[in-house]
Amino acid sequence: MPLTKIDRRSTLLGLGASAGALAMGTRFTHAQSAAPIKIGFQKHATGIGAAYGRWYDATTQAAAARINEMGGINGRPLEIVIEDDGTDPKRGAEVLEKFASQHECDVAFGTLFSHVVIGSAPRAGELKLPYFVVSEGHHVASGMLNRYTLQPGITDVKSQVQSMAPFVANNLGKKVTMIYPDFAFGHDHRDYFSAAIAAQGGEVVAKIAIPPTETSFTRYFPQIPRETEVIYHVMVGPAVLTFVKEMGEFFGPSRPEIFGFIDSLEAVAIDSPGLEFLEGTYFWEGAPRHAQANQTEYDAAFRAAVGVDDRGASVDDPRDISTYAHMFGCWDTLNVIKAGMEASGYRGPGDRAALIEAVEAMTDMPLGMDHPTGAKLFNGKTHQAFGEQHISRVEDGNLVVVHTASIEDGLYEDEVDYTTQSF
Amino acid sequence: MEFGPHLLLAVLEGLVTASILSLTAMGLSLVFGVMRVVNVAHGEAFMLGAVLAWWVTGLVAGHPAVGFVLAALTAPLIVGALAAASDRLVLKRLNYDPDRTIVATIGLLYIAQQTTLMTFGPDARPVEPPFNQRIALPWLERTEEGWTWFYPWGLSITSYKLFVIAAAAAILVAIWLVITRTRAGLLMRATQQDSETAQAFGIPVGTVYSVVFGIGAALAALGAVLVVPIQQAHYLMGGEPLLLSFIVVIIGGLGSLPGTVIAALLIGLSDGIISVFFSPTLAKIIATLLVAMVLVFRPQGLLGKAQT
Repeated sequence: MPLTKIDRRSTLLGLGASAGALAMGTRFTHAQSAAPIKIGFQKHATGIGAAYGRWYDATTQAAAARINEMGGINGRPLEIVIEDDGTDPKRGAEVLEKFASQHECDVAFGTLFSHVVIGSAPRAGELKLPYFVVSEGHHVASGMLNRYTLQPGITDVKSQVQSMAPFVANNLGKKVTMIYPDFAFGHDHRDYFSAAIAAQGGEVVAKIAIPPTETSFTRYFPQIPRETEVIYHVMVGPAVLTFVKEMGEFFGPSRPEIFGFIDSLEAVAIDSPGLEFLEGTYFWEGAPRHAQANQTEYDAAFRAAVGVDDRGASVDDPRDISTYAHMFGCWDTLNVIKAGMEASGYRGPGDRAALIEAVEAMTDMPLGMDHPTGAKLFNGKTHQAFGEQHISRVEDGNLVVVHTASIEDGLYEDEVDYTTQSF
Repeated sequence: MEFGPHLLLAVLEGLVTASILSLTAMGLSLVFGVMRVVNVAHGEAFMLGAVLAWWVTGLVAGHPAVGFVLAALTAPLIVGALAAASDRLVLKRLNYDPDRTIVATIGLLYIAQQTTLMTFGPDARPVEPPFNQRIALPWLERTEEGWTWFYPWGLSITSYKLFVIAAAAAILVAIWLVITRTRAGLLMRATQQDSETAQAFGIPVGTVYSVVFGIGAALAALGAVLVVPIQQAHYLMGGEPLLLSFIVVIIGGLGSLPGTVIAALLIGLSDGIISVFFSPTLAKIIATLLVAMVLVFRPQGLLGKAQT
């Protein structure tokens, strides 16, 4: 056996998971094999995605615990194997390799940042390892990746912006300046929103790309043309709060309308000092961070399971804000993997192709405990899920949903049919 | 935005960058000048200063200024003490061998970064500024009625950013006074000129080294405390100040304090102006090109003394 390096965290987790499995031993005895089903979780534990990684982890652990309480998958317990990808594409591909050959995982899962997905997916295809990403990027549905890469838990950017554009054009203004990070995810926003707003009779008057590791932003704002009616912002990374604060300081009392993706403030409290100017501005949310008046029982149960309160903060520390608009994707995706494995009678890596076919056959994913923040519609040909999208307005420091776009608002023509590709 | 207001905004932003940079680079330059140690972990002292500032301000309730003042006093002290301890524990054992100290400080960099990640976590944390008023700046415009003042969109600075510029200038003057007018400064200069002779004259060179290493780190930490109400504390924030400090120190001349300040102003302002008018990437490219040119045509830096 080759000498391998396993970090302390994964060893401890492995120990914990094994202890848990032992304790539940009797419950899994009806299965042919009681060996755990291993899900390799490609976690952004370090690097610019670390704030997301931590909450993706918390959500994943909560979803896995629920699945195990219900008796596991096909009578077998679920084990989450964590590897840090450093939010780095090269490391991401190496992590997939470790999952396949060293940990002998059944599937890989959980990647958010689009450049890591794009860097890892080709390796997943070569390894014939099903790769369930939770990334939002349009790269899955665009046909850029391969049959082994699926995104069943979260809507892609193209669909999101398409369903947002009518609201922006009709309520906020038609001349839009876009500010976005200068990599694949930001380019998705740039390209698909420009097209979507043009379809509504609006136009993008300036496109301001910002390097993802930038820490100071005032210098970019003079590029915003005077005629701008709406600022459209979507930033990621550790400096998001600086970005929003400096935008407020730049405009002072005379700001245009502002529409942002909550990505610009994920893991940041909306009532942080310096963010007062956001009052009355609008945000896209994949799932509303602040519990709404019409909150479903599923959303409440989901918050309780993951350990966040009605304001999307950790129940242990109200200053610790989650990435609520994205992290549900991990929960949904694990439940899709479970449903797919059960439908295909999955027993081991030999059944990976059958698992993918079973997921491709899925369509409706109704609101319920498996999809607690909203129903989804899955397109097996493009490997992409579509859900409802929300627009929230900041009112007295609360994110209040003012518009919900339906699943149909976000549908577009298929650009690929992965089911025609061979395994 | 019109050219005039645009340029003024760029200069102001550049001055803020230059202020922080001159403090950070001064620390690096001092350590190199006196000890001949290339401290790759210097950026992590900056990061630790910011993280400690967040931690200290979280401990005290009341007006944000109370926490800020406390952070400005304690964070540099703690970081300086940590640096002095690592000098005693690590660098001294390597006899300040140039190659091995580089490797050792790379190790310190990772220890600081990963310890912060494991304790402080991966999130960027804000520190509330002690005061922060937006000051809209007026601009002259020629209209039919002659010259009139008006307030262009976006032309503004905050009172806190002005304070950063003033505070950095005051600290730099204080350092200059300490080095040129005090006994401690004399010991440092003696050690810098010839450490063996200094030792022969009874100067405790080992102690001077530890103190200088501590002061160098404390300066970076102080710069970070000043900047953290503008940016946020984050465990990876040490990379950029390290790179820029090296650029400044190479251009200014290793170990030359006035050279460091001039180079920090040059790099800070050009970074501000070039990145506002063109792109931040171009600003980095030009700064790096400048380093290459200086190394080719004036290897000792703008104000450095040629090695004899």
